Amino acid sequence: MAITREEVEHIAELAKLYLTEEEKEKMQRQLSAILDYFAMLQEIDTSLIPPTATVLPLRNVMREDTPAPSFDRDKILANAPQKVEGYVKVKVVLE
Amino acid sequence: MEYEAVIGMEVHVQLLTKSKMFCSCSAETFGAEPNTLVCPVCLGMPGTLPVINRKAVEYTIMTGLALNCQIAEFAKFDRKNYFYPDLPKGYQISQYDLPLCFNGWLDIEVDGQIRRIRIRRVHLEEDTAKLFHFGDYTLIDFNRAGVPLMEIVSEPDIRSPEEARQYLIKLRTILRYLGVSTADMEKGAMRCEANVSLRPKGSSELGTRVEIKNINSFRFVKQALEYEIERQKRLLEQGKKVEQITVGWDEEKGTTVIQRTKEYAHDYRYFPEPDLPPLVISREWVERIKASLPELPDAKSERFQSQYGLSPSEARTITVEKEAADFFEACVSLYPNPRKLFHWITGEIFRLLGETGSTFDSLKFSPESFIKLINLVDKGTINQNTAKSILREMFSTGEDPEKIVEKKGLALIADEAALIKVIEEVLEANPDALERYLGGKESTFGFFMGQVMKATGGRADPNLASKLLREKLAQLKNR
Repeated sequence: MAITREEVEHIAELAKLYLTEEEKEKMQRQLSAILDYFAMLQEIDTSLIPPTATVLPLRNVMREDTPAPSFDRDKILANAPQKVEGYVKVKVVLE
Repeated sequence: MEYEAVIGMEVHVQLLTKSKMFCSCSAETFGAEPNTLVCPVCLGMPGTLPVINRKAVEYTIMTGLALNCQIAEFAKFDRKNYFYPDLPKGYQISQYDLPLCFNGWLDIEVDGQIRRIRIRRVHLEEDTAKLFHFGDYTLIDFNRAGVPLMEIVSEPDIRSPEEARQYLIKLRTILRYLGVSTADMEKGAMRCEANVSLRPKGSSELGTRVEIKNINSFRFVKQALEYEIERQKRLLEQGKKVEQITVGWDEEKGTTVIQRTKEYAHDYRYFPEPDLPPLVISREWVERIKASLPELPDAKSERFQSQYGLSPSEARTITVEKEAADFFEACVSLYPNPRKLFHWITGEIFRLLGETGSTFDSLKFSPESFIKLINLVDKGTINQNTAKSILREMFSTGEDPEKIVEKKGLALIADEAALIKVIEEVLEANPDALERYLGGKESTFGFFMGQVMKATGGRADPNLASKLLREKLAQLKNR
């Protein structure tokens, strides 16, 4: 199942990845191979199998609505590249 | 050609839970210092596990029931992937194909006509961080990230900007009755987006739709839609095509402005949230929630019509706000004249609230003290106008009406001796008028009454004063 060059570029853009021309070609080949592999799975008749959202036997895991103290702000901001007056500061983002 | 607008609404509502959707950080973020209500879970740190807030699920089911929805037996959460600094995780936990509630409806009234707006779905997700844009940088406050957010999506059944406004007002009323949200648009607790397209009137096809974001008041909903409908109409009349775009409402310019082009749904690459096991919603749970629902505005309005003899529009007026309806009922239980109370409440109290931009829940006086005031008028202690000015004072200070009357000496003078004294003084001070009256010009009576009222600052009991004045004049005439 061939994936086009444009699709590779689109996916890269969504993932915020900047690919060189060689990388795009490589991705095109590899992604196509992966899709081919999944195409094999598509051949299996799953019409009688309900869609599965999870393989875990767990259901209805919920907590009560009880607030608890949050983390110390200094700790929260420790990984921020830049901070200003308690805010995380980033380069301007387009609206 | 005549065109018809086809409008669908997406409304996001912050739920009034104490804690966030998937962690125990406080959800009361309004006014909090930036980044003080944040933890590794709502920040999406590796190795953390979100856990669903049961209350948020219940609030969503409550809303679904109030909007006549079916409640899912099986629901799950999904990841909606996109990169933007308001999302610390790189995805938003939302619901994609299996929302908690679906296929409901909401009746609104426009120009005396009931219009049924179908509700496509009500689902639960998490709010994003708040961004503050400056010249060349952006500041982020993650407090809001992870606050429970409910999304209510209508079918494109709305046909005019006024219907859209009524839809939002009705939705807000219901959410407030349920107590699931403050639904305060100005504070961002209720945010609205509208999809609008035009088609030739009578056609059943859908035109290209434009999405309007950033509508944060009831007034702007109408203005933004009116503007957008007009813009699309002009394009179509010029034989041009409407492009599928996203616009924002710029309230300063009073126009819509283009934002980014619409992303395709699959760009979000939704997939089931692996960290959250699905929900199996038992019918017993739904029944329990249903039993806990308060009386809703439509039901209350109908009951007020049959129980208190209000007209449909009167009943609606008094039930738009639950607090107003509760106040009215509390008053009726103390003073069984619903019509009179309706006029006092929707006339005088609504006026005072409107003047000060405040709401019923901030009212400083109780139904008991309001009824005391009405009783003072009935007993003839004060007249209607005095009552209105006392109400104004009660409204600003919360003081007891009887105390205000006493303190300010506002009671009507019903003391015969005191009134006779005033009458004698008035007659003495106006010998010419008295002569004319005694000479047969009986219309001078009104002049004397006016003077008596003036001398008493309007506080003379009018019936008694008139009777006494008549008696006094008769005495003088017969002498």
